[in-house]
Amino acid sequence: MRTPGKLKVFIAHAALVLITIVTLYPVLWVLKMALEPSQSFSMGLSPLPSEVSLENFKAVVSTSDAQGALFPRQLWNSLIVSLATSVLGVSLAATAAYAMSRWDFPGKNQAMGAFLVTQMFPGVVMAIPLYILLDQFQLLDSLTGLVLVYATTSVPFSVWTLKGYFDTLPVALEEAALLDGCSRWMIFRKIVLPLARPALAVVALFSFLTAWNEYILAATFMNDPHAYTLPIVLQSYVTDYGTEWGNFAAGSILVSLPVVVLFFALQKHFVEGLTAGGVKG
Amino acid sequence: MRGLRTLLLLTTAFLLLPFEALAEDNPLRLWHAYRGAEEAALQAAADRYTEQTGTKVQLTATPFGAFEKKLETAIPRGNGPDLFIAAHGNLGKWQDLNLMVSVLPQDGQQPLATEALQDNDLQWGHPLALKTLLLFSDPELVDAAPTTTDELIAQAQALTDGQTYGLVYQAGTPFFHAPWMHGFGAESIGPNGAELNSQEHIDAYAFTQRLSHTLDIMPKRPTAQLLSQLYNDGRAAFVISGPWFLSEIDRPIRASSLPIISENGQPAKPFLSVEAIFVADGARLPEEAADFAAWLSSSEGAQIRQDTGKQAVTATEIEPTDDPIISAVLEQSAQAVPLPTDSDISNVWRAQEKAMEALVSGGASAKRTAENAAYFHSIYSREAPTPASAAPYWILMLGVLGGGVWWVRRQWGNADLRRRLRLHRGDYLWVLPAGVAMLILVALPFAMGAAVSLYAHQGGEWTFVGLSHFWEILSASETGFTSPMSFWYTLVVTLLWTVTNLMLHVGIGVGLALLLREPWIRMRGVWRALLILPWAIPNYITALIWKTMFHVQYGAVNALLGFGGEPANVDWFSSFSTAFCANLITNTWLGFPFMMVVTLGALQAIPRELEEAAEVDGASWWTRFRMVIWPLLKPALMPAIILGSVWTFNMFNVIYLVSNGGPMGSTEILISDAYQWAFSGGNYYGYAAAYAVLIFGVLLIYSRFANRLAGRRVL
Repeated sequence: MRTPGKLKVFIAHAALVLITIVTLYPVLWVLKMALEPSQSFSMGLSPLPSEVSLENFKAVVSTSDAQGALFPRQLWNSLIVSLATSVLGVSLAATAAYAMSRWDFPGKNQAMGAFLVTQMFPGVVMAIPLYILLDQFQLLDSLTGLVLVYATTSVPFSVWTLKGYFDTLPVALEEAALLDGCSRWMIFRKIVLPLARPALAVVALFSFLTAWNEYILAATFMNDPHAYTLPIVLQSYVTDYGTEWGNFAAGSILVSLPVVVLFFALQKHFVEGLTAGGVKG
Repeated sequence: MRGLRTLLLLTTAFLLLPFEALAEDNPLRLWHAYRGAEEAALQAAADRYTEQTGTKVQLTATPFGAFEKKLETAIPRGNGPDLFIAAHGNLGKWQDLNLMVSVLPQDGQQPLATEALQDNDLQWGHPLALKTLLLFSDPELVDAAPTTTDELIAQAQALTDGQTYGLVYQAGTPFFHAPWMHGFGAESIGPNGAELNSQEHIDAYAFTQRLSHTLDIMPKRPTAQLLSQLYNDGRAAFVISGPWFLSEIDRPIRASSLPIISENGQPAKPFLSVEAIFVADGARLPEEAADFAAWLSSSEGAQIRQDTGKQAVTATEIEPTDDPIISAVLEQSAQAVPLPTDSDISNVWRAQEKAMEALVSGGASAKRTAENAAYFHSIYSREAPTPASAAPYWILMLGVLGGGVWWVRRQWGNADLRRRLRLHRGDYLWVLPAGVAMLILVALPFAMGAAVSLYAHQGGEWTFVGLSHFWEILSASETGFTSPMSFWYTLVVTLLWTVTNLMLHVGIGVGLALLLREPWIRMRGVWRALLILPWAIPNYITALIWKTMFHVQYGAVNALLGFGGEPANVDWFSSFSTAFCANLITNTWLGFPFMMVVTLGALQAIPRELEEAAEVDGASWWTRFRMVIWPLLKPALMPAIILGSVWTFNMFNVIYLVSNGGPMGSTEILISDAYQWAFSGGNYYGYAAAYAVLIFGVLLIYSRFANRLAGRRVL
């Protein structure tokens, strides 16, 4: 395809620059408030900090109560919960998605539909029943309870994405392995999972995000600040009497940073993992 | 794979460890929502108590917004603390819910504080401190605090110029309107219940409108953050706020009582809230808890709270303080109205707040506001549907159950199906874990939530009302179909919201993806990385940022629309169209990266040769897109679009955080409306659950329709 004229190239780049500025503007704003040593909301147009200090970050990181430092503990909670959600959510989803992609068992389509229908349940009504359930299982104030809830939240999207991807993988290899006497479980683990890496990466990231960003359920289930995850902590900087913007922004950046890094690292997989199913399926 | 397995083992091992209790020796557990100096004072007092008695006290600070909800869910189920600290305003509601036990009254407390905590001849908590609104002034701008409202207005007018404002306070909220409301002789709940459309109310609204709008002495839409910002910049002469305001101020400040209303010579009377410590129902250590509560309230505990926490304590026998703020609170308390504890009060707050939105922006007259408030209140506080007999529903359920059994038996008679089931026996094991997990943790809670829709919840009591809620909602019997408070209006808004969002997400996402795959674009990777940032940052953070960017006077959006000159003067949250746009812009910003990434992926599968061939044939850009790219793109995009539409339909965060449904509930979508019914105002859980079931129903119908749209089964 030929390269368009210079003017067109220039306009296209100018448009990109403009859109990127608009996209980055609110993000820069968070950065500005995090770096300025004050708790008030900055007004005005310029998203560049007038003064740079790490005071807010220090304040957020060094929170503690009578039982000791809080932030490292809460960061650890968030990490563990999100990682466990990823692992559990993807394990549940991958086996189900594989079965649905390969075998034509009765009720398969209904099950596929049922998974997606759960996406339509409005979260508002779920919080209190879930609280009662977790209470029954003695899982309030426990990270395990959170992981179970988050993992099931992320399963439908994961099943849907993974099934699409598995559909695109050639069956010939698996059939050959079956003839060689491999069990279905062996085939799944040794052949299918390695081939499905891009899609697995995407759904793992999604499950991770579900857990990493959630605060409404977490705030309802957790009573002990040492069991809090980071989003609850962020929320506590926003009160009816005013917002500690400096701390909120610094906390936001600390919360967002790992996710942004993951996004950049997994970008390539995204494109493949998300859509391969859709294109060929 | 090895690394993954280790990770799996490690995380499982960690999760299986019970969350270790931090203090082994059973301490008293106290929940509070204090921050800063007050929290430090509470800790100091608790330490002192431990020294004296050996009883340990474990303090838990709970995020303010979640505090009440937590108490109301945890205590009735036996997961609550031994003690909690809260204002006395929820006394009525919490008595209904049995959240606390009564305590023995103690001497040495201000009578008005003790009285506020008494109800049904019992005292329900020990008073700690008083909080009221005060008039703050900037000593560098104002020589002496005014004693009448006319003086206040005159001084404020003299001090207002392009930079400085004479007066700043959150005029649009009922709590801040209360001083004038009481001063003009109106009440939120009188002896005969709430009468919100009286002449006194109208006079008070007219006064609030004068202050906040007509006189031009206040900034527009003053939020809590704007208050402290303007004051710290030396740009606010007078501020009306509570003692909590001081924690954000780093300049000299003077506190005084609110002025006398010049129109009738009566003092302005703010609400008085008595902060108290309550012994929770079901406390593990009830005697120790009662002892600590009494001690914290007594002069010994009070002294620490006064000295360290700067609280205006209720204990009378303590060393007096010369702190001017504490003195001002105590002085104002003599001219204040204790917060009503009637359980209807939350309906009054909600109704007044909603009605006052238009008052302070000049959109409605005082008379109209009073009418609106009374109307909203009549809807919020209407009687619960009459109790229904459960018998027909049992019969119906038995019928459904019987039908189910009949269906299963009939299927079982199908030999071919039996054979296939046997053949695929092993397959089900693969789906089982996910299926069971979904059943227990998603389907079951939803069924429980849906069952709640058959009950009405009022004043802590549940009554079975059958399908009345659904009938009430669908027939819009209370409001009429076209009122912004009706289900049908909100449904139309929700559909508009979903369609406009998706058009923008897909339009921008596809456009950018097409641009970003052109080989002649430089640094494609960099653009792509930067453009997915909105997706990577949690949306509750960025939604809050966007909200502040839409502020009428200080927001970046209006500044940008001014193109370098005077900022534009768009009051984004004053009308449906602009508030809707603000929500839409925010959500578009959040949503386009997902569509962009999906499109980029799909485009990889489309061979460029096809397009090139079309180009050689002389097809225009649009024709190439429409005839070549879109047909190939559509199958890949459709699932994302349909899933995206379900997500957008239920996008609670953006609505709640950006416009919060305003003005007057017109930009509420179904899910945020359901939330409001459940959690703001009177906790109409049953009504909210019926909303949720209807949302589910609408989406289910949509999914049938969507499959046809996509030309294949997607959902």
